Amino acid sequence: MEYKPTIGLEIHVQLATKTKIFCGCSTEFGAEPNTNVCPVCLGLPGALPVLNEKVVEYGTKLGLALNMHINKTSTFYRKNYFYPDLPKGYQITQYSIPIASEGFLEVKTSKSKKKIRILRGHIEEDSGKSIHTGDITESEYSYIDFNRSGVPLMEIVTYPDIETAEEAYEFLVLLRKTVRYLGVSSGDMEKGALRCDVNISVSKGETLGTKVEIKNLNSFRSVRRALEFEINRQIETLKKGGKIVQETRHLDERTGETKPMRTKEELNDYRYFPEPDLPPLILTDEYIEKIKETIPELPNEKEERFVKEYGISEDYAHEITASIEVAEYFEEAAKLTGKPKEVSNYLMVNIMKFINENGKNIKEITFGAKEFKELLDLIDSKTISKNIAKSVLEESLSSGKTPSQIVEEKGLKQITDTGEIEKVIDEVIKENPKPVSQYLNGKKQVMGFLIGQIMKKTKGKANPKIASKILIEKLNALK
Amino acid sequence: MDILNKTVEEVASIARSGEVSVKEIAEQTINAIKQKDSKIKAFVHIDFDAVIKRSEELDAKKDKSGVLFGVPVAIKDNMNMKDTETTAGSKILSGYISPYDATVVEKLKNAGALIVGKTNMDEFAMGSSTENSAFFNTHNPVKPEYVPGGSSGGSAAAVKANEAIASLGSDTGGSIREPAAFCGVTGLKPTYGRVSRYGLIAFASSLDQIGPFGKTVKDTAIMLNAIAGFDPRDETSVQTEKEDFTELLGKDIKGKKIGVIKEVRDFELQEEVKNSFNDTVKALQNAGAIIEEVSIPHLKYALPVYYIIAPAEASANLARFDGVRYGLKVEGKDLRETYEKTRTEGFGTEVKRRILIGTFTLSAGYYDAYYLKASKVRRLISNDFEKAFSKVDALILPTTSTTAFKLGSITNPLQMYMNDIFTIPISLAGLPAISIPSGKDKKGLPIGMQLVGKWLAEKELLQIAYAVEQELGGKNGI
Repeated sequence: MEYKPTIGLEIHVQLATKTKIFCGCSTEFGAEPNTNVCPVCLGLPGALPVLNEKVVEYGTKLGLALNMHINKTSTFYRKNYFYPDLPKGYQITQYSIPIASEGFLEVKTSKSKKKIRILRGHIEEDSGKSIHTGDITESEYSYIDFNRSGVPLMEIVTYPDIETAEEAYEFLVLLRKTVRYLGVSSGDMEKGALRCDVNISVSKGETLGTKVEIKNLNSFRSVRRALEFEINRQIETLKKGGKIVQETRHLDERTGETKPMRTKEELNDYRYFPEPDLPPLILTDEYIEKIKETIPELPNEKEERFVKEYGISEDYAHEITASIEVAEYFEEAAKLTGKPKEVSNYLMVNIMKFINENGKNIKEITFGAKEFKELLDLIDSKTISKNIAKSVLEESLSSGKTPSQIVEEKGLKQITDTGEIEKVIDEVIKENPKPVSQYLNGKKQVMGFLIGQIMKKTKGKANPKIASKILIEKLNALK
Repeated sequence: MDILNKTVEEVASIARSGEVSVKEIAEQTINAIKQKDSKIKAFVHIDFDAVIKRSEELDAKKDKSGVLFGVPVAIKDNMNMKDTETTAGSKILSGYISPYDATVVEKLKNAGALIVGKTNMDEFAMGSSTENSAFFNTHNPVKPEYVPGGSSGGSAAAVKANEAIASLGSDTGGSIREPAAFCGVTGLKPTYGRVSRYGLIAFASSLDQIGPFGKTVKDTAIMLNAIAGFDPRDETSVQTEKEDFTELLGKDIKGKKIGVIKEVRDFELQEEVKNSFNDTVKALQNAGAIIEEVSIPHLKYALPVYYIIAPAEASANLARFDGVRYGLKVEGKDLRETYEKTRTEGFGTEVKRRILIGTFTLSAGYYDAYYLKASKVRRLISNDFEKAFSKVDALILPTTSTTAFKLGSITNPLQMYMNDIFTIPISLAGLPAISIPSGKDKKGLPIGMQLVGKWLAEKELLQIAYAVEQELGGKNGI
């Protein structure tokens, strides 16, 4: 029997509200340390929390999008522990009844489709951030930036339904897509807007193995690497007759290995109790319905629809729907041109390449649906060849000029005048006696070379179909 | 003209008319404090220059319409006041200058009050005698060898000693009512949520409530007018229409039903307190009220319930005092030791005791048996009151079972806790209650009677208290 991994994720999603969860301070990322602070988020004596309505809205929205049940009454608790970046000595979070519970996301991997169940989603406040000069062990001081203190989070906890590093990775990718579709979070892992802890054990039978927690994974790649390493480590340890220690580990980004955290392992008793400063959060059916109406088509739905409605490949549909902006761009162009397959091709090959290479956003480019139609019409009318079309597209992307403008200015109009093409072909036959005789001796492969010469002379403007037809005729006549 | 023996209403009208300038009022107040406070020690932080400056600002004001215009008001040291030392009677906050105003301070300022200074209190409002102040004891102005009560002992003493016209205290389990009774002044604990807690340094958040001390019922009503009201910065404050709490004062209380709690008889009362209680009941009857017996069956559980819930909340509320950001910091060899040393030196014995109790009752494995159980019993106590109030308009009971005790005479904490036996049940139910002077014992120490009102029925409660005050009037020389 094989060892089977059991994996659960705890993901902190930073909600993209303008102000903090319990005060009016800005949530802006990257501000001067300790400038977005007030008595409330600094935990000054006497300050009291007031719940930001937008946080409730976003939390409800995300809960619904993750197919969760929204609890009409949820409560806030105090989670007590001492840490310098936790100004009140407790974190206000939801505990016994979170805002959302029991949902799922359906995740696609290379092998299968799978429902990963979600246990709960609760809203809470973030802590401040400790900053050290250099390595934590050598830093003379610890500095604390409270700008992050009180930034709203929604913690999503999955069931231990995940069995591979790939599933975990795909779950996160889909979650990020979802929060971006909803506009409730930037989903940027590098900026800490998505933070993931994983719990993992391996076992052979029904009884689960000893659980190890890996904390502070700050990129999608890290999650995957950490899990791959840890699954392997646990299996190898057990195979050698060793034991798994229940502990918290972290990923060494340099080596790709997980290592035990150096902090002292203490059994934490958070002494949760209901937050007396905040009454229970009560939501009406009408409120929940209203939020439901604002939820857009979600990534999986859109992906399936694109395949069905536009006949594009599943891979393309998956990639196009990775970003709602790209998906919207595609759909607009597909509709206007009536040629979704061509649009998906140019989009995924040429446009995405341009965007990635130039660090641009799809919204920033001037080549839109209208230009797309122009380009495809130029091909259709045989004004330009597909080859030329690519360079026109690239030129249009970088210069901002329209396709017809470029064709006009650069004289890229395809030559369909047979007389003109015949003249060029005659020249080519004359200038290349060797390949011509090879052709006549049955080496048909030289056709490509000869066509290439024709294109070179016409700067690619000769209609390739007409050119090759005339060339064959002329060569045959030489026999 | 001696301003300081006057009432809030009188002082405000004198100041408004310009007959006496606010600066002159300030000077008189400062003189009174200079003269008396070395003996009473009601004030813990006071800046005379700042008081003069504030008085000049008030004199320069065109709008003198504030209900507290020019009235010298003292505030308990657990209320934040911008640019002013705010310590909650604790060494751990010694030297802490607050960067913001509590909502009540803002409201006092808006009402034109002349805020005089911060009054002494039991550390973090934990205590019944003000002996738990980290700084010094406050003395009962009636007899200086006696305690003024607590935890708002300084605020009660300041009013009694005519060092301020009125003052603010905070009441978690009796901390306004008990010192009011011991000092012989009137103290009102409003309905939980009536006055914003924003800026009040929390002891037990689900119980803390700010309220006024005054010489008379009317003074407390006017003070309540100034400080009450919904505050968007406090989610536990109640949304209510603006009310005038003086509106029903003087209206007769004929036919009002007043409940006497049967279970109060199970507790031993000092003879004079018992007599004064009977006198007060008679006074109510004289004023036309009807006395009925009601039952609060779970009354005896109030004290244990309170001493689970309040310390639990306190253990979390006081976690922020860790030496990291403000207040006292005692460096240790590492973070943990810094926490330990800071909190060991910064907190007094009673505060530590309650943090330990609260930490214990919230611990894994104990939560259900203590905190959760206590929360359920609290509900039962509330229900008892609700039932009683379906029959009567107000309740009457003694504020305390005895009069003030001598400084240093109670060393057993449990015996100290017993002082609040009659005030705690009402706090657990979140109801408004007022303590009014009802007489004196043989030694001349004041006795206080407590009237309890329905939820948010301060207006009616004050009406009844006013009627009793009028009936008792001359006899007690109040």
